[in-house]
Amino acid sequence: MDIGILEKGFQQHVDAEKKIEAKDWMPEKYRNTLIRQISQHAHSEVVGMLPEANWITRAPSLRRKVALLAKVQDEAGHGLYLYSAAETLGAERADLVEALNDGSAKYSSIFNYPTLTWADIGAIGWLVDGAAIINQVMLQRTSYGPYSRAMIRICKEESFHQRQGYEMMLTLCNGSPEQKAMAQDALNRWWWPSLMMFGPTDKDSPNSALSMKWKIKRKSNDELRQDFVDNSVPQAKILGITIPDPDLKWNEERGHYDFGTIDWEEFYNVIKGNGPCNRQRVEARKTAWEKGRWVRDAAVAYADKKKNKEKDAA
Amino acid sequence: MSNKKNWPLWEIFIRSRQGLHHKHVGSLHAPDAEMAINNARDVYTRRQEGISIWVVESTAITASAPEDGAALYDPANDKVYRHPTFYDLPDEVGHM
Amino acid sequence: MKQQEVLFQYLLRLGDTNLILGHRLSELCGHGPVLEEDIALTNIALDLIGQSRILLSYAAKAEGQGRTEDDLAYLRDVGQFRNLLLAEVPNGDFAVTICRLFLYSAYTCELLTLLCDSKDEYLAGYAAKALKEATYHLRHSTNWMVRLGDGTAESHHRLQTALNRLWMYIPELFDGDAIDVQLQETGIAPDPNVLKEKWNTRVNAVLAEATLNRPPDQWMGKGGRDGIHTEHLGFILAELQYLQRAYPGNQW
Repeated sequence: MDIGILEKGFQQHVDAEKKIEAKDWMPEKYRNTLIRQISQHAHSEVVGMLPEANWITRAPSLRRKVALLAKVQDEAGHGLYLYSAAETLGAERADLVEALNDGSAKYSSIFNYPTLTWADIGAIGWLVDGAAIINQVMLQRTSYGPYSRAMIRICKEESFHQRQGYEMMLTLCNGSPEQKAMAQDALNRWWWPSLMMFGPTDKDSPNSALSMKWKIKRKSNDELRQDFVDNSVPQAKILGITIPDPDLKWNEERGHYDFGTIDWEEFYNVIKGNGPCNRQRVEARKTAWEKGRWVRDAAVAYADKKKNKEKDAA
Repeated sequence: MSNKKNWPLWEIFIRSRQGLHHKHVGSLHAPDAEMAINNARDVYTRRQEGISIWVVESTAITASAPEDGAALYDPANDKVYRHPTFYDLPDEVGHM
Repeated sequence: MKQQEVLFQYLLRLGDTNLILGHRLSELCGHGPVLEEDIALTNIALDLIGQSRILLSYAAKAEGQGRTEDDLAYLRDVGQFRNLLLAEVPNGDFAVTICRLFLYSAYTCELLTLLCDSKDEYLAGYAAKALKEATYHLRHSTNWMVRLGDGTAESHHRLQTALNRLWMYIPELFDGDAIDVQLQETGIAPDPNVLKEKWNTRVNAVLAEATLNRPPDQWMGKGGRDGIHTEHLGFILAELQYLQRAYPGNQW
């Protein structure tokens, strides 16, 4: 069939809000864009485990410890669901993982910042998960069926993540002066990187238009970022800590908060690999993967042996 | 395609409670069926989602082709006589 | 020793072991050999820490001095911990991690089965719940023992090495003392020595299937139940207790 006709049919299908499924015809660029986006999303979940896992062994109470452990584990699960969604498009997880390990694949820049205090774990839950949820709620309606279903499951599971982070922040802000200072310091360090999570501004985001046309994305980076700021301001107020942005103020006319300019030089540098923890994060993933190789090989060898035995017996 | 000895992909089906069908929930990697069951339990039933698991190696599944959809499924569209509402009965018969 | 104090000590032994082993497994979260196994090991860590919370809360109650699970976990020093040394050993490679989990789960499955009949109702209730979890830990670790033992030459060698290294900590599992005797007499806990035979049967069968050699039994000195630990426990506690020690009395 003529590719033009196929493309037209595809776009009509998408415009009618019908999902695209794995075996349906799709433009190669749609497939590749999805593989890239879904695998980056999966990498972000898996790399995102590391800064938080840092504090599992140091969690200050057993209740906090199990909550954090369960949360970080969920991220492994979410990475897994997402890799699975990418695999429906013909990618192989092992190849995607190799790309992460050799530094050629990207993941969310936020995880290249260090977790220095316990309050950082609260701030990550509150801000980073808060930002992620805004993006993920939108992606529940993405046009690719397996991605959409993975996001629905992820959103359901993540509903406790932001709450646990915010509760942690509340406890700190109602605690000793040292604890409150710890919370403020965490907000100071995580606020701007959280805003950067939504990516470049719309005018610097050339791929966005196509993603919107194909309904992979449903809202622009700047719209999502604005949602996040609007959500966060009253939450910070309840905590009694200050968002580190002197330009932050309510704009009656727009019905939104105005906010200051993001340091895009920092953003692009962290993306390029120059963030405070890029090297450690990739190194940690690589080490885990390489240390696990003999384990994975052993299981395959055992399965092969068993299959051969069954064959011989038959 | 990678030439390394990767664990195969398995499709996971879970019965959420007694009386319901197993339903496809996603996939995962495992070296063999026994480990696939373990992994499915750990990955897909962390929140009491299931009481029974089926695992099927993905390569064992044969799917109908989307381009055959019109021939396979559209012919069912006009067989209205397969549905109870096709038949007119007087109200006094009651529920049937 | 008063019955109450005996029960307190016994609960610490069980609770501390689960806490420390849960801590060890939680160190691996984010670093597993494959995502599926990362998730599996974290599930087990969550089970063990959950078990330790039940036991330490009950221990605090038995002690009757108003302490909490967190007081016991965060504010005791090395010499007051009562866990088995097996739990403290560093994770090492995946072979050590799995082998330790297997040896321990084979033990807890037998122990918890008997504790289900404890005259202490709370402990019996705990055992019924924990046994289900331990049964899965044993299943999962057994599956891996067989695959690593009978997998590749490298995995076999690594697992045999792990087994040889961990074997010195096994006698402590079955070494009863006055506390065990007293609890046995009151029908609260079993004689650890009776667990040994069943444990041996189970472990021998798995080692055979995994094509591993059972190491020769070794002598072992006083251990964790008397507060004499390996050098590792101090480092575990330094991490575990860091915030509570650095900011005394704060709520988190």
